[in-house]
Amino acid sequence: MNDDAVFRALADASRRQLLDRLHRRNGQTLNELCQGLDMSRQAVTKHLAILEDANLVATRRRGREKLHFINPVPINAIAERWIGKFERPRLDALAKLKKKLEGEEP
Amino acid sequence: MTETPSTYIYVTFIRSTPEKVWAALTSPEIMKQYWFDMHQESDWTPGSPWRLLFSDGRVADTGEILEADPPRRLVFRWRNEFRPELKAEGPARCTYEIEPVEGAVKLTITHAMDRPNTKFIEAVSGGWPLVLSNLKSLLETGQIVIKTHPGKGS
Repeated sequence: MNDDAVFRALADASRRQLLDRLHRRNGQTLNELCQGLDMSRQAVTKHLAILEDANLVATRRRGREKLHFINPVPINAIAERWIGKFERPRLDALAKLKKKLEGEEP
Repeated sequence: MTETPSTYIYVTFIRSTPEKVWAALTSPEIMKQYWFDMHQESDWTPGSPWRLLFSDGRVADTGEILEADPPRRLVFRWRNEFRPELKAEGPARCTYEIEPVEGAVKLTITHAMDRPNTKFIEAVSGGWPLVLSNLKSLLETGQIVIKTHPGKGS
């Protein structure tokens, strides 16, 4: 598994949008993921294949349906590459502060 | 739309052999190195008890082995014991699948509960990526990356 595939997959806004949707609700079918999107079914299928090749999405069959799950392991690996154990608590604190100042619940 | 059970799937590719990955997932001594000083105890045969212990010996989680097919597949029940709101949700099912893929090993961990939106599956979803990154680093380089669980301070 190489980082290039992960970065290429993440470089596209439509694919990030699909990951956001899976993050909100995991284990969706292709039909569910297509709902309310400005993308053709073919485009969603293609984006999901790129995400799956990068190991950012894992799939499982349930009967005739294919369920899609966000796989956070490669994103965590990227974070760990540059964010050591000493920096992480400080960055967590900064992220919380930013959320608080911007009015989101932490 | 049917209610989806709470499921998280974690997939990592490790340059190693199925036997080494199985040993790392079932040996308390190896586990302590990548699981933030925690370790699991079991004899890894179907019907046997399973426990996850803190470094001071307190029991974090309990369960039992449902299926074992070394070095390919392990299924066990996993129930939280130290947070009452998680314990109340009952047991989850954890599955390890180990497949050789082009000189590496694809490790798939599925953690599922038969009900939607469980707090337990939410709680473990933060931990698995850290544990798996550490496991991958340990098997590939002999060293881990994260020594302290970031959620628990350092």
